[in-house]
Amino acid sequence: MIAGQQLPDSQRIVLTGIGLAAPNGNSYAELRESLLACRSGVSPYEIRYFGKTLAGICDFDERRYQKRKDVRRGTRAGSVGVYAAREAVADAGLDWENCEKSRVGIYVGVTEHGNVETENEIYEIKQFDYDIKVWSHHHNPRTVANNPAGEIALNMSITGPHYTIGAACAAGNAGLIQGAQMLRLGECDLALAGGVSESIHTFGIFASFSSQGALATHEDATQASRPFDRDRNGIVVAEGGCIYTMERLDDARRRDAKIYGELVGYALNTDATDFVLPNPERQAQCLELALKKAGLAAEEIDIVSTHATGTSSGDIQECKALRAVFGKSERTHFNNTKSYIGHCMGAAGALELAGNLAAFDDGVCHPTINVENLDPECELNGLVLNQPREIGPVKYVLNNSFGMLGINSVVIIGKL
Amino acid sequence: MTPGDIREEIIDILESIAPDEDLSELQDAPNFRDQLELDSMDFLDIVMELRKRYRIQIPEEEYEQLASMQSTVAYLEPIMKDMAKAS
Repeated sequence: MIAGQQLPDSQRIVLTGIGLAAPNGNSYAELRESLLACRSGVSPYEIRYFGKTLAGICDFDERRYQKRKDVRRGTRAGSVGVYAAREAVADAGLDWENCEKSRVGIYVGVTEHGNVETENEIYEIKQFDYDIKVWSHHHNPRTVANNPAGEIALNMSITGPHYTIGAACAAGNAGLIQGAQMLRLGECDLALAGGVSESIHTFGIFASFSSQGALATHEDATQASRPFDRDRNGIVVAEGGCIYTMERLDDARRRDAKIYGELVGYALNTDATDFVLPNPERQAQCLELALKKAGLAAEEIDIVSTHATGTSSGDIQECKALRAVFGKSERTHFNNTKSYIGHCMGAAGALELAGNLAAFDDGVCHPTINVENLDPECELNGLVLNQPREIGPVKYVLNNSFGMLGINSVVIIGKL
Repeated sequence: MTPGDIREEIIDILESIAPDEDLSELQDAPNFRDQLELDSMDFLDIVMELRKRYRIQIPEEEYEQLASMQSTVAYLEPIMKDMAKAS
């Protein structure tokens, strides 16, 4: 296997632009500022049937890149995707007007898609005594699985391949991995890759986590998402999105692009053991595989962006995997971004990575917030809690994202 | 409902379907499509809204009657003349 840095530049993949909508920031800079200020994006929220709960809610301007009609026609996930993709392209400094649109690929990770619209239609026909004649003709185009990626393509007149990657809560990382693979295969010259989530608009996700005993509650919304804390009681559902422009290194250098980092390694694997319970042994194997592909030792990773969601067992299982791989590393620091924004589902991996990339420049590891009493079973050497820590030069960030049905994903980004 | 009421109702529906359009200068005789950015899905929205608001079922072969404001009002007048305006 050829490690990342030994590949020719035409096979090395770099991140050159970032567009995002997070519950605590509508750009890369705003997200970073919120993370260093320990500012949560979780708020009280109410949704039909379920009632009052908490959520990570975005307030980006949908109308910046869409007409009112496009917003009405499409889905929230589509709007999130369009906003993030447009912002990423602008950030990348690409000459978009003259960009060959048939050579752009769109690879968007989603945890689920379509529940929001199906719930809306069922609610609507209920008002008409379940007369299916009032079921909307928009339901199919809104719920096809490629919808969020397709809305980006429509909005930006992109004629290359577009599709979503259904990978539960590992989808954000999976989007990046798909983008890198397609660039390496020469299937596109520019990849718009990452993930989106509209999940707070489906009552079903709240109800299902609640029935599972895995939905966070707290009298103070900003303290509800508390991975690794002894008193954590579940997940805060969030919406959001993060799309990267990805290019081959030689292309990026040719146009003198700003480079956030290089995707030096990645891995995807499967537990094959349970619908919902994670398997730390497989997670550790996924971490090891990503390190091997990158040609790196665990001791070389500066920051691990953990997946931990605030559930009682999931956090412990991930910490077991991390201890197995990084137990001897004195260099590695661990943080968690869900403690600020909740669980952005399909966007989580891509967004949480974005929150950490600025460490390449400022050498600061943002903390996991809301840890008042660290669960002894979540104790890790290098866990950064409650206040940012200056850790010196950062060369590698590793990002974990795991999901239901036992899907595990890891990406490693290196500073160039 | 009078022809004026029906026209008002169609304008209200168009405002939701084509929220970016200025409908203040919409003319009744020319086709909607010559004045507004409407596609086939938008026309289905008009059909759907009439169904939801007034339980009017428009057969597919008669969709062409909705081409302009004039033809729409003329088509709907006998159907809606005894109906009260939906609140």
